[in-house]
Amino acid sequence: MAVRNQPMREALRKALHEEMVRDERVFVMGEEVGLWQGTHRVTRGFYEEFGAKRVRDTPISEMAIVGTAVGAAMAGLRPVAEIMTINFAFLALDAIVNHAAKIHYMFDGQFTVPLVIRAASGWGDQATATHSHTPEPIFAHFPGLYVGCPSTPSDAYGMLKASIRDDNPVLFTESIALYPKPGPVPEDDPDYVLPIGKGDIKREGSDVTIVTYARGVEWALDAAGLLEKDGISVEVIDMRWLRPLDLDLVFESFKKTNRCVIVEESLPFYSFGSEIAAQIQEHCFDYMDAPVKRVTAMDVPLPYAKEIELMALPDVRKVIDAVKEIV
Amino acid sequence: MARPNKETLLEWYRQMVLIRDFEETCNDLYWQKRITGVYLHLYSGHEAVGVGAVAALGKDDHVITAYRDHGIALARGVDAKPIMAEMMGKKTGVSGGKGGSMHLASREHNFWGGYAIVGGHLPLAVGIALESRYNNKDAVVLCFVGDGATNNGYFHESLNMSAIWDLPVVWLIENNFYGMGTHVQDASGQPELYKRAIAYGMETLGRVDGQDVIKVNDVVTKAVDYARKKGPILIEAITYRYRGHGVSDRQYNQRLSDELEKWKENRDPITILGTYLKEKYKNIDKDLEQIEAEARRIVDESVEFAEKSPAPGYEDLIRNVYVK
Repeated sequence: MAVRNQPMREALRKALHEEMVRDERVFVMGEEVGLWQGTHRVTRGFYEEFGAKRVRDTPISEMAIVGTAVGAAMAGLRPVAEIMTINFAFLALDAIVNHAAKIHYMFDGQFTVPLVIRAASGWGDQATATHSHTPEPIFAHFPGLYVGCPSTPSDAYGMLKASIRDDNPVLFTESIALYPKPGPVPEDDPDYVLPIGKGDIKREGSDVTIVTYARGVEWALDAAGLLEKDGISVEVIDMRWLRPLDLDLVFESFKKTNRCVIVEESLPFYSFGSEIAAQIQEHCFDYMDAPVKRVTAMDVPLPYAKEIELMALPDVRKVIDAVKEIV
Repeated sequence: MARPNKETLLEWYRQMVLIRDFEETCNDLYWQKRITGVYLHLYSGHEAVGVGAVAALGKDDHVITAYRDHGIALARGVDAKPIMAEMMGKKTGVSGGKGGSMHLASREHNFWGGYAIVGGHLPLAVGIALESRYNNKDAVVLCFVGDGATNNGYFHESLNMSAIWDLPVVWLIENNFYGMGTHVQDASGQPELYKRAIAYGMETLGRVDGQDVIKVNDVVTKAVDYARKKGPILIEAITYRYRGHGVSDRQYNQRLSDELEKWKENRDPITILGTYLKEKYKNIDKDLEQIEAEARRIVDESVEFAEKSPAPGYEDLIRNVYVK
């Protein structure tokens, strides 16, 4: 397969572009997606190419952006609604949770909601408390919604295509820190569609399993590289999707390594880590050789000052320390 | 004003009587614990709004509403049997017994449902209208909006969105004066709700007497025509609810009994149309009686159908969480 090295934002742009060319029903709507070229430049050039009908600039109206997209999806279109950053999705929580996720079930299948909600996610650059959320697990709480969180450009490419082609609503988050990071992206394979709900082993190992997603994959791989020098073999599992959750992949790895560290950008309470740890103790109790460890953001709102902002966040050193505690 | 013929007027009378009978039966069934769901919001008193407005639509147009949805479903032609079955949580219900009173829908009737979060269905109406324009269709969306829904963010964002994109939505406010128990005077800085249109540069046809089905139909017909050709339009129908916010609202009759009695005596939509018909057509009493008896039979049969229907089972519980 021919590949080309591209940053994640370009991989996303390529996926979205190809899907819009492939299917007339696909359109994008959101704040600054058109004339501005997209806040994160994922829709760069779209307005000029597809026009105002299919690249719809909206007012700052998160409830109506998602709600309108839900209605359009019910009526047969395939909207890709952009919420500029996931922080603003809290304003649209009702439209996402009570409408996008429930309508197919509540009317017993009379309507489908083939909708993708894209949102940039994550912290960094001293964005402060209200603009630094990584709340993906909150959305993954609700049945009826899929939640996808890619960690590499090729995954972003294949996962976004899968989300657009699926008939279910998908919340698709894109880590802001990963937008500029390059990686190989399939070049001549417009049907490169990754299966929804399938995780990926990003590095094989035998002593400890790190379960993570999105930005955590990078920390885990860096930690694994450094730990190898100390003779510790780390397996890194990228869940890719918080819903559906590929638990078989986790259990299979855990039964081999008998140890697990969970790494996530998000907060520690009622979290991704809580869920994975609970599932492991429930399904792999006889295989446990150590407590399951969690590396998360600290349980504080994120402050402005760089020194204490970074203190509150996960990093490679914290991952290494957690692994060393249990091997 | 258009002058509907006798046949049309009798059809509206038939629908209003059916809705009233259906709703009053639901009320009885609730207190007899044969309908067990906690939420049951009846359309009694509102019949002329739903019937007159829905009659202004074509088959390919769309209807969407909030949780006071039984009357709209019936007016749109959905059979009483699966509606009653939904009330009773049966597998044969319009939503398979999974939606209940507040979540009736019928895709084949372009009835997009009842929605229970106040204002939540307003942007859905915008989206359905967007599909119509996107695919160069003629279809219009009629969106019922309670007066209580005019003060949350969905109302503002949705009306504004429909205006900037010139979408074919008829926003029809059903002002029954109470959002649950709070009077519109205490809830709205501008209690003449049709004036909200000004904020969005939107066309409005002002207020209409929501107890007079002929007037409602006339105004909504004009609005539908405008929406089809141009864009969104706002109307406010003045009406009154007979059974409280929900049937469990037992305080209602006591607290507002004087007001309610006046509405029932002077402004009842079925009486208004019945009186008009009797004045206009000789020997119509028999037709009206026949319509009333027919409604009774339909509702009785719907109850029998619902009670004999099976409850949903485990397969239904887990079906349709996702599209497979």
